[in-house]
Amino acid sequence: MNAIELKDISVIYGENTPFRKAALNNINVEFPKGMTTGIIGHTGSGKSTLASLLNGLLTPTSGKVLLGGRDIWEKPKEMVKIRSRVGLVFQYPEYQLFDETVEADIAFGPKNIKLSDAEIKERVALAARFCGLSERELKRSPFELSGGQKRRAAIAGVLAMRPEVLVLDEPAAGLDPRGREEILGGLQEYKNTYGATLIIISHSMEDIAKYADRILVMKNGEVYMQGTTEEIFMQAEKLFDADLDLPQITKLFIELKKRGICESSDVYTVKYAKNMLEKILGINNA
Amino acid sequence: MLKDVTFGQYYPGNSLLHRTDPRIKMIMMIEYLVIILMANSVPAVLLGMGLTLFLMVCSGVRFSVLIKSVKPLIFVLIFTAVINLFFTAGGGDPLVQLGFIKIYKQGIRNAVMMLIRLLSLVLGTSVLISFTTSPLELTDSIESLLSPLKKIGVPVHEFAMMMSIALRFIPTLIEETNKIISAQKSRCADFESGNIISRVKALIPILIPLFVSAVRRAEELADAMECRCYHGGEGRTKLKVMKASASDYVFLFCVTAVIVGIVFLNKIYFLI
Repeated sequence: MNAIELKDISVIYGENTPFRKAALNNINVEFPKGMTTGIIGHTGSGKSTLASLLNGLLTPTSGKVLLGGRDIWEKPKEMVKIRSRVGLVFQYPEYQLFDETVEADIAFGPKNIKLSDAEIKERVALAARFCGLSERELKRSPFELSGGQKRRAAIAGVLAMRPEVLVLDEPAAGLDPRGREEILGGLQEYKNTYGATLIIISHSMEDIAKYADRILVMKNGEVYMQGTTEEIFMQAEKLFDADLDLPQITKLFIELKKRGICESSDVYTVKYAKNMLEKILGINNA
Repeated sequence: MLKDVTFGQYYPGNSLLHRTDPRIKMIMMIEYLVIILMANSVPAVLLGMGLTLFLMVCSGVRFSVLIKSVKPLIFVLIFTAVINLFFTAGGGDPLVQLGFIKIYKQGIRNAVMMLIRLLSLVLGTSVLISFTTSPLELTDSIESLLSPLKKIGVPVHEFAMMMSIALRFIPTLIEETNKIISAQKSRCADFESGNIISRVKALIPILIPLFVSAVRRAEELADAMECRCYHGGEGRTKLKVMKASASDYVFLFCVTAVIVGIVFLNKIYFLI
């Protein structure tokens, strides 16, 4: 079952002018429910355009966006409802913080969908926990926080609406390694708790390999590849053609395979690599 | 929301007006304003219109683009014409009388004059300055024209620098605003419904992040400028030094000649 689906979508800027540019060209994408899909692609390949289609910020020139099988543009007046179901976190979301306290800022979304005060309080507390914000930080002004904490507060602001589909554009860009782990781990935890569907746009092949079940590769406004993480990373040549890369650890294993040390090169995460290496070394030792 | 804001109408090209020294253009613009506002006889207005057309051709800007730039002003133009038409009391009998509305010959004359004046002002100044002068040239020329004020301690260079920075950041801030609007919309913010108070309140989540980021940008820019040893105007040289050529002066002379012509034609009208 698909949580959200794009059908024959085209987005064309400046139609009927000399500046006509197709940002997305007749694409069909499915995002299966409860899975994490990673979107990768070179700069300008249409990833961000795709993201803003999913919650109706952008109207497609043609085609349909189906949320749970229903067209989100069926009733444009109820777009707020759609946006509470499809959470979208932009790149560098920390610049959207505005309220006096972190707590009030996270409550902005839930307030807009007119939840009860008790419900809001509960959701804010939960969202803050997923994002690793402490009780003390909730009472502070968002402008006093560090960059990483601001990012967490902004993501919590979207999580607090408890969306069934969560779309994040580079959620971990520019953070230190520990911050990355914590934020992406928290999102994974949110997904598992509510059975939500996660869509993550990222330039980091390592993060994608670690968290994504499926990968969507974009190139020049078109879907270049689509499949499970293994399927995509197996086709290294094709990825290089799209100016993309493999996770570092996979590249290492390709080299190992070339030298006959290891039989398979389908290793995408460090954890799995560790097991593999131990196995290889264990055999060698014996 | 901000889609319709057109700014920086600079229309790259290599026409006669594009190549003219921007300082000369600034002076010509002032002269042009004098011409248009002074002309009040039929031949003088025709001469003014001729000058406007001449400048439009010299700018090399496509006609359709010029017409587009006037479009947003249609309401203002019609409104002024109508007010002039109905509310000018002239000597003699009214030409038309419908109840309390009286239209005099003088009213028609004023309405037409006003229309021509406003249209000329918009078209003339936009081809002289906005379409053919890049923002950088504009601030440079203002700095150069005002440089005599330096002698009495006016920080002309600093003002010009502030102006070019302000111009430079308008598109950036518009982009930033759009981003913030999208982000808050994604958090189900509603900007379109409710009464005036709730609509104004809905702007807070946009304005605060916008101000915060504007201040942050200003600080970053100041740091970046200091890192590159910027210290104000003292002893600073330019990559492109403005030089008025002979043809620039000829151009300036022609426009000045039109002023004389207008004064003359105004006089003739009164003699007749």
